[in-house]
Amino acid sequence: MNQYDAIVIGAGHNGLTNGAYLAKAGLKVAVLERNPYIGGATVSRELHKGWYYSNCSYVSSLLRPEITRDLELPRHGLQVVPFGGGATFMRNGDHFGNYADHDRHYREIARHSKRDANAYDRYSADTSLQTKLIRPYLMRTPPDPTSLKPRDLRDLLEFAQSFMALGEEKLLDTIKFWTASVGDYLNEYFETDVIKAHMAGSGIIGTALGVYSPGTAYVLLHHYMGDVDGNVGAWGFARGGMGAIAEALSKAFMSFGGEIICDANVDKIIVKNGKAVGVALKDGTEYRAPIVVSNLDPKRTFLDITDPKDLPTDVVRKAENFKIRGSSGKLNIALDGLPVFNGLDPRNRLMAGDLHFSDSLERQERAYDDWKAGTWSKDPYLDMMIPSLTDPTMAPPGKHMMSVFVQYAPPKVEGKDWTDEDKDGFEKSVIDQISNYSPNFRDLILHCETRTPREIEAEVGLTEGNIFMGELTFDQLLFNRPFPGYAQYRSPIKGMYMCSSGTHPGGGVMAAPGANAAREILRDLKRPNTVPGGYADD
Amino acid sequence: MTDYDAIVVGAGHNGLICAAYLAKAQHKVLVVDGRSVPGGCASTREFADGFSVSDCAQWLSQLDRNVMSDLKLADMGLSLSDAKATISLQADADHLILADGTASGAGVDDEDLAAYRGFRHMMTRFANVLKTLYQGRPPKLVEKNWTDRLTLLKLGLGLKMLGKNHMQDLMRLALINIYDVMNEHFKHPALKSAIAMDAVTGTNMGPRSPNTVYSYLHRITGEHLSGTGTTQVMGGMGVLGDALAESAKAAGAEIKLGVAVKSIEKTGDKVSGVELEDGSHITSKIVISSADPTTTFKTLLGYHQMEAGMAKRAELYRNRSGTAKIHLALRALPSFTGLTTKQLSQRLIIVPPMDEMEKALNPIKYREISDRHLFDISVPTIEDSSLAPEGQHVLTALVHYVPFDPKEGWDEARGPLLERLIGELEVYAPGLSSLLIASELVTPSDFEHSHKVTGGNWHHGELSIDQALMMRPFPGSTQYATAVDGLFLCGAGAHPGGGLLGLPGRNAAREIIKRGALA
Repeated sequence: MNQYDAIVIGAGHNGLTNGAYLAKAGLKVAVLERNPYIGGATVSRELHKGWYYSNCSYVSSLLRPEITRDLELPRHGLQVVPFGGGATFMRNGDHFGNYADHDRHYREIARHSKRDANAYDRYSADTSLQTKLIRPYLMRTPPDPTSLKPRDLRDLLEFAQSFMALGEEKLLDTIKFWTASVGDYLNEYFETDVIKAHMAGSGIIGTALGVYSPGTAYVLLHHYMGDVDGNVGAWGFARGGMGAIAEALSKAFMSFGGEIICDANVDKIIVKNGKAVGVALKDGTEYRAPIVVSNLDPKRTFLDITDPKDLPTDVVRKAENFKIRGSSGKLNIALDGLPVFNGLDPRNRLMAGDLHFSDSLERQERAYDDWKAGTWSKDPYLDMMIPSLTDPTMAPPGKHMMSVFVQYAPPKVEGKDWTDEDKDGFEKSVIDQISNYSPNFRDLILHCETRTPREIEAEVGLTEGNIFMGELTFDQLLFNRPFPGYAQYRSPIKGMYMCSSGTHPGGGVMAAPGANAAREILRDLKRPNTVPGGYADD
Repeated sequence: MTDYDAIVVGAGHNGLICAAYLAKAQHKVLVVDGRSVPGGCASTREFADGFSVSDCAQWLSQLDRNVMSDLKLADMGLSLSDAKATISLQADADHLILADGTASGAGVDDEDLAAYRGFRHMMTRFANVLKTLYQGRPPKLVEKNWTDRLTLLKLGLGLKMLGKNHMQDLMRLALINIYDVMNEHFKHPALKSAIAMDAVTGTNMGPRSPNTVYSYLHRITGEHLSGTGTTQVMGGMGVLGDALAESAKAAGAEIKLGVAVKSIEKTGDKVSGVELEDGSHITSKIVISSADPTTTFKTLLGYHQMEAGMAKRAELYRNRSGTAKIHLALRALPSFTGLTTKQLSQRLIIVPPMDEMEKALNPIKYREISDRHLFDISVPTIEDSSLAPEGQHVLTALVHYVPFDPKEGWDEARGPLLERLIGELEVYAPGLSSLLIASELVTPSDFEHSHKVTGGNWHHGELSIDQALMMRPFPGSTQYATAVDGLFLCGAGAHPGGGLLGLPGRNAAREIIKRGALA
C-alpha cells in the first residue's frame, strides 16, 4: 500500500532537504520525482562521453552551512572546493582581474583607477554589513505583518529591533540599499566602467531586470550572502558537479529511512473535505499521506497540480500574478583543450574563476533592452567558468568542460514559442561573444548543449526557466514570498505545504526553504523540531 | 542682531508658502530669487509676440486644499478652471475618455470598466493612508520622540484599517512597477498606458521600472489632498506665483526679485546668512532653501562647508528628467480628428501601448533621441483668451522621453527633434503645421537653466522610494533640517516631494516654528 506520513513532490535540493528533516523526525516519507534522475536543477549529467555537466546550477555558496553540518553532507560525499578570482575581458584588449589576494586585487583596481581602489574597502565593508543583517533570517520563518498572533508579533519586533539597532542613518542606508538599483549602488563607490560592470553582473543574474532597475542591489546581496566553509561571499564548485549536492542530500534522506521514487509524474494533489490526503500520478498510481509538500514553483503548485476548486479565489489570482520570468539561458560545452583569452596568460589563476565579457553598465543595460523587446541579448552578459580547471573529474585528462550562463534570454521570442532556429541564433550569439575574445575557442568545441528557457522548463519544470522560481524583487521576498498571507510555508489547504525556492528565502542552491518548511510541518504535527536554527555571524 | 529671522532662497511655490506661514507666525522673513517674477516653476512667459504660456508646470492638480484656504489664494487672484477630463487620443479617432472616476470610448468593455473603478477605489484608499505621512514631517524610525511615534502609530492604524487584503496589496505594490499592476488589472492596452503615463511623468523611468507604482501613488495622494482634479490656472501658472507672493507679502514677508543668492554663508559652524549676486550680504538666524538639494548643497553652500559623508550623499542624489516641453503659437484653433472644441480644451494625451512606451525610454538612457514620444497636451486658450491674440491659440505639451544632454549636443539636435515632435502631433491633428506662427522646444537642460532645477527635474529629484518619505532628500538631512546647523529645506526636494503640492513649504514652516529655530 502506498501509504506514507508525508509525500514531497520533486526531488530537487529543497525537496530532499525537506524530506530529510521530516524523516529524521521519524516520519515515513516518500519523495516523488518526475525525471528518472534526482536533483532537479542541482544535477550533474554525462551528456557527452567523459564530460560531466552541471547542466543547470553550476556553482555553490548559498547552501546553508547549518544544513551541511547537521545532515553531515561531507560524510555523504559532498566536497565543495572554493575557487577564487575571475576576470572581465574588455573590448580594448585589456581585462580587469578579480584577484582573491587583497593586495593583488587592490593593485589591479588601481591599475584601472586609483580612486576606485581606495573606495573598494568601503564598498566591501558596507556590503558585508548588509549580508550580516540578512544571514540570520535565512533559516527563519518570516513573520506575517498583518497577523496579531503572539509569535508573529514577537518575531516582527525582533526583526524591527535588529534593524533599529543600526541607528537612524544606517537604517535608512539599509532601506536605500534594499530598494536601489545595482548601477546606482555601485556608482556610490566606483567611477570605472569595467569595475562596475564586473560587479554588477551579480545584480542581474537570473533576474528579469536591468542594472539600472531599482531592486537589483538586493539581487547582488543574494549572491553575496552565502559562504564556503565560513568564508562569507565565497563561491565554490561541488566536486563532481552540482549533482553531488543532491546525491549527498539524498543519502542523508535515505539514512533516515526516506524513500525516493523516480519516474513519478504527479498529476494532482488529492483533496478531501478541505484536507490534502495524497497525490495521483499521471499514470493513475496514487500515493496517500496526510502531509503533502510541493517543491514545485508556486505557479505549478497552485495552477497545475491543485484543483482550483480546492483553493480560495484570491490564491488562484495571486498565483497567476506571481512573477516568474524567464530571463536566462545556458550553454554547456565540452572542449578539446583550454581556450586562450586575449591578454591573459592561460596559466593565470584568474582562468579558474568566473569570466565575463561585458565591460560597461551600458552594455549590460542594452542587453536588458533586448530582453524587454522579446529577443535574446545580441551582446549578452555571460558568466563563464571552466570548472575542470578546479575539479579534474569533470572532463577527461587534458580536456575541459565549460559552463556559460547567459543573461538575457526571453521566455518567448517576440511573443512566440522558441523554435529550433531561435535556439541556434541564441547559441550563435553566445559563441560569437566568446570568440570575440578568444581566437581558438571555436575550434575546441566538441559538444555543446544549449538550454533556452524552453529546455529548462521542459526538463527541470521551472516555469519559464526562471532559476530562482520567482523574481527576487521585494514584492516577492520575505513575508511576501511567494505571496502575502502565505509566506509561512502553509498553503490554504490543510496538510498541504510549500518548500520550493519560491518560498522564503528564495532561489539558489540554499536548501533553507526545504528546511524551514519542515520546521513548520513538524510544528503543526506537534513533533519535536529536527531543523537546526540559524546562527549569527560575528 | 540679524537682518532677518529667516531668509528663504527661491520664490518658487514652496518657498513662498513657507515664507507666508512663517510671516503669519510673526517672523521677519525675506524671500530672494534671481528671476524677475515669483513662482519658480509656476510661471507664465511670453514665448512669441502676444502668445503666453505656462512655461514649466502646465496643470494644477495637487495643491493642498489647506494651503489654498490658509493663504486665501482665491482672494489673491487665483482662479481655476473646472476639472479636466483626460482624453487618450487613438489613431482611429475612437478616443479613450477618463473622467469623473470612470472610463468611456475606445471600446472599453464592462469588465475593464468595473476593474477601473475598483482600481481607483483601491488607490484612493492607499492615498488616504499616505495622506497621514504627507501632511506632517516624515517620521524618524529609530530616534524616539512622541511626534514621530504618533505619526507611525497613525500610519500603522491606517494600514490596519485597510483590512488584511488591501494591506497585503499595498505591501506588495509599493515597490513594484506600474507595468505589472496594469496587466494584473486590465486588458485594454490604451487604458493601461493612459494610467501608466501618470506614473512616469517628469521622471527618468519607464512603465517597467520598479517604483513606478509609488510615483503613481504620489500623484494620486496629491490629487486626494487637493480635491480640485486636473485644472488649468486662468491667466497661466504665473497667476499662482503672483497669488502666493501677494499672500506672503500680506502676511508681512519681504520678497526681493531679480537678484539671485550667490552663496549661503556660514559663521563658525552655523549658517548665518547669504551673499547675493550683487555682492551684498544679508544675515539671518536661519536660511531655508527651496532650491533643489543639488543646487542648495553643491552650488550655494559648497561641499567644502559640509562633512564629507554628507557631501557624498548630496552628490549622489539623483535628479535627471526625461521630460521636455513644446510651445506652439497657432494662427487658429487646431483640429484634432474626432474631438469637439469642448473636448479639445481638456487634457489630451498621446501614449502608445506600454511595451512601446518602454521602447521610447530606452534611447535616452544612452543620451540618444527617441523615435517616438508621449505627449500631455493642453490648448489653454480655449478657456482663457488672455494668453493669445484674439482668435489665435497656444498649444503646449509635456513630452516624454527626451534626453538631458544628447550626444550630438542640443545645438544640433534641437531643430530636428522639434520638427519630429510636430510631425508626431500632426498624425492626430492634420494641418497643425500650417497654423504655426512660432514654436519652441524646451529641453530638460533648458529647464535647468531657466528654472534652476538641476537635471531639468521639476520634482527636485527622482520620485523613487529610496529618495522619498523619510529618506528625502537623503539620510542625515531629513525632517526639513539639514546636517548643516541653521540650514533648512522647504522645496520639492524635501518630503513629500515633487509636483505642485505646496506641502514641503508648509510642513517646513511648521517644523521650523516647532523646533524654535527662530526664537
